[in-house]
Amino acid sequence: MATTTPENGAEAAGSFPPFDPSTFGSQLLWLAITFGVLYWLMSKVALPRLSDILEVRRDRIMSDLDEAQRLKDESEEAIASYEQALAEARKKAHDIALVARDKALAQVDAEQAKVDADLGVKMAEAEASIDETRKQAMAEVSSIATETTTELVTVLIGTKPTKAALEKAVSSAEKAA
Amino acid sequence: MANDPIHQFQISKLAPLGEVGGVEFALTNSAVFMIATVAAIAAFLMLGSSSRSLVPGRWQSMTEMSYEFVAKTLRDAAGSEGMRFFPLVFSLFVFVLFANLFGMFPYFFTVTSHIIVTFALAMLVILTVIGYGFMRHGFGFLKLFVPSGIPGILMPLVIAIEVISFLSRPISLSVRLFANMLAGHITLKVFAGFVTSLSAMGAVGIVGSILPLIMTVALTGLEFLVAFLQAYVFTVLTCMYLNDAVHPGH
Repeated sequence: MATTTPENGAEAAGSFPPFDPSTFGSQLLWLAITFGVLYWLMSKVALPRLSDILEVRRDRIMSDLDEAQRLKDESEEAIASYEQALAEARKKAHDIALVARDKALAQVDAEQAKVDADLGVKMAEAEASIDETRKQAMAEVSSIATETTTELVTVLIGTKPTKAALEKAVSSAEKAA
Repeated sequence: MANDPIHQFQISKLAPLGEVGGVEFALTNSAVFMIATVAAIAAFLMLGSSSRSLVPGRWQSMTEMSYEFVAKTLRDAAGSEGMRFFPLVFSLFVFVLFANLFGMFPYFFTVTSHIIVTFALAMLVILTVIGYGFMRHGFGFLKLFVPSGIPGILMPLVIAIEVISFLSRPISLSVRLFANMLAGHITLKVFAGFVTSLSAMGAVGIVGSILPLIMTVALTGLEFLVAFLQAYVFTVLTCMYLNDAVHPGH
């Protein structure tokens, strides 16, 4: 440690370095220079750049959020229109089914009515022919009865009864029956 | 001399620059560390933010954090009008912080352990407050010393107290930083000195030196905290004083 410099001399004299006025000039000069340079660098270069970076990021985040919101709105709209279309389609399908059922029912009713009518006609015809047959049969019954009676009477008493008497007797028997 | 706790604050001339009006100027170790401080800050901020990425890397995150930290401190204290002083407040914060942290390296000189440096920074703040206060508000700036709602009879006393407290600001601002740095470094040096002097005394001394060694380690951690805290305190007080310049009425 050299003892030629005034600083070391002062130290040797017991002075406390931070309170040594002989160093104040140099410290103030260098502080002014370095702090001045620092201030210039900060205010002209570093801080504007940092504030740019932060602002660009903030803008970007805001625009991204806006975009996300817009897309969300769009998708919600799409969902709403899809659901509406679905509901419409469902309603239409229901209507079509109703119409088809009604039509089928009407057709079934018509067919049944036609079949019923046919059946009625056939039944009436059948009844008429049965009536006819019965009437014929009934008509034949009296002539057969007359003939049978004639034969019976002839065999029993040997004489042929008169036609008028026979018919009278048969019709009175028929009435009794 | 190696164990002299004051020696670390010694200013040594590296190259004389001449003498103006009886005041001598020189390139000193203090000047070298001021230059190193500014160079480190510039490197940190310029390189950190040079890529301007939308998604920041580690260094850019740190530069952005320091930016937003100081900006929030200033805006909270002095409002958006106070943001015109942002470059000044930011420069003060990083300068004090980096100078304090540089002092934590062994054998490095601590720029902020000299009262003249901290006093010059404090005067810069106070003169900015006074200059801007008068420029912005004219004599209305003097309302700073007249709190509202005080009975007339107490007014002279209150004004005297306000003026004295205003004048003591640069002193308290500079002495707080200077004394914290000085005391911390002296304490560190004293305890570290115990370790070497005790361990030179043989086996018992080596065992006995464990305690001051633990203290030295703990104090180193504490000093890192103090280095940051004092930079922050200096910045917060600067913001509060600037708030007086922006809004002088209480």
